[in-house]
Amino acid sequence: MASNDTNLTTRPSVAVHAPGTTISGADSANASVMQLRDVSVYYGNYEAVRGTSMPIQQNQVTAMIGPSGCGKSTVLRALNRMNDPIPGARVSGDVLFHGQDLYAKDVDPIQVRRRIGMVFQKPNPFPKSIYDNVAYGLRINGIKGRLDDHVEEALTKAALWDEVKDKLRKSALALSGGQQQRLCIARTIAVKPEVILMDEPCSALDPIATAKIEDLIFELTNDYTIVIVTHNMQQAARVSHYTAFFTAEVDEAQERHGRLVEFSQTGKLFTNPADKRTEDYITGRFG
Amino acid sequence: MTLTNNPPATKPTLTQRGSSALGDRIFSWWTLGTGLLVLAILGLILITTVREAWPAFDAMGLRFITERVWDPNPATGDAIFGALSFAYGTAVSSLIALLFAVPVSVGIALFLTELAPRRLRGPAVTVIDLLAAVPSVVFGLWGILVVAPALVPIYQWMHDVFGGIPLLGRLFGPVGSGRNFMTAGLILAIMVTPIITSITREVFSTVPRADKDAALALGATRWEMIRGAVFPHSFGGVVGAVMLGLGRAMGETIAVALVIGGATNITANLFSPGNSMAAVIVQQFGESTGTFTAALIGLGVVLFAMTVLINVLAQVVVRRAEARMKGSVA
Repeated sequence: MASNDTNLTTRPSVAVHAPGTTISGADSANASVMQLRDVSVYYGNYEAVRGTSMPIQQNQVTAMIGPSGCGKSTVLRALNRMNDPIPGARVSGDVLFHGQDLYAKDVDPIQVRRRIGMVFQKPNPFPKSIYDNVAYGLRINGIKGRLDDHVEEALTKAALWDEVKDKLRKSALALSGGQQQRLCIARTIAVKPEVILMDEPCSALDPIATAKIEDLIFELTNDYTIVIVTHNMQQAARVSHYTAFFTAEVDEAQERHGRLVEFSQTGKLFTNPADKRTEDYITGRFG
Repeated sequence: MTLTNNPPATKPTLTQRGSSALGDRIFSWWTLGTGLLVLAILGLILITTVREAWPAFDAMGLRFITERVWDPNPATGDAIFGALSFAYGTAVSSLIALLFAVPVSVGIALFLTELAPRRLRGPAVTVIDLLAAVPSVVFGLWGILVVAPALVPIYQWMHDVFGGIPLLGRLFGPVGSGRNFMTAGLILAIMVTPIITSITREVFSTVPRADKDAALALGATRWEMIRGAVFPHSFGGVVGAVMLGLGRAMGETIAVALVIGGATNITANLFSPGNSMAAVIVQQFGESTGTFTAALIGLGVVLFAMTVLINVLAQVVVRRAEARMKGSVA
């Protein structure tokens, strides 16, 4: 059950974890994998995002939308401790993953990122072959021997296998932008995380490549929980089950802080928003 | 409403403005000129040194590079000028230098780019660059007065411990004065470390944040991130840095002349005195005449050829390795 799968303090000897199996059938429809409780993110003394609380539901797509500078990417990076390498970055509040605080003292960020993967805005394959890009994550997670099956599985799940199966030894940098991004997704799912964070994964892609990624996101919810940051409201409406709307507020000291305004099911947020600011944003009156 | 285009009141100027055209032309001539100048200087050096060295090449033929004896004033017969012993000395001392300097330099560079707190980086870089500013004669004097005597007991210990092992033991033979291949290599290592460090650091700092993030997001530790994202990106640049260091080590004259021991000698024993091409030139040039002088210049030609050859080889290695690592682009 979930208990032995959520040990984040040490590297497990067997690094294979079957996603989607941690929660038993009865409550899977509405179980949250992650929970944010009053999360604030600071860069030095500057509070970039203030008091965010929201759940991340199992095997669902949660979208984060909002204008530039509202802190949605900052919150996303707080979900797998990707802010750690940034000097001065600090998180307060609780980011819970299966009830365990990711920022607790004995938690190893390496283990966190193994369970909670990330796909970035600009496709960033390594300057290696297609095969080695996918195999990299497997190798660092101690999976030895022949990786061919793992690589094929990951590329197939990322809907890229048919396009690259004859050129696995070619440079990943020779692929198109959309293919590179799907390769990055394949690389992420190869290590079998539970949650995949996507930071505007389509913003550098053309509409056709974007459509392919969106289809893929839908497919991936069978096995994974997805959190996606997007600039594109239509995209959020198309791919997500839940949507969080963030905005930037200026306080008395003239400092801008990102804030979560509204979180609800995507259909409700777009058709019947509870907050006036959400309504203004989605109807194009602001941002 | 008419749909015809109104002709613009004045015709827009699309021809080049006079002043910018001139500036562009000066710029292109200037850059072309300086580029050609480098080639011209290189060519002139090659031509004139070969011409000056010709009497020695003529007298010795191919033996100039295959002969290990160097005897400018023999008791009987003709003088013998063989560069092989000195080429060996140059190669061995430079190799020892790289063996020590490369891991240290890469380590320092990684520390400065990936680990060191931001406040520490500036001062650390300054200190390392200062090391590069120390004149080589100072390194030489320090080597001969301090390092060589201090190392003798250590060499002796290594000889006692490893000397008995077959094959490997031959590297750690009997110890003499402390002025030998090993000491020369160590002094050279200290001298080339700042160069290799500073270029390697620049190369590492150009690795995109996105690549490092990608590795970290897969659950890579810092070392795994460095191996997976930093090294593949920097391989060519690091080899370039090492080549620059090697060039400096092979060409270093006065420091090596002071600590290498000054013997015409080819031996596996690293604790034995030897000599390098650059060191021989500086030691003997003042007292040479005629064919002897030509032979010393000939050493310079061989040194030049060796450096060029190694650089070309390095380029080939880099291209092969990058193709293998990155996958073929075509």
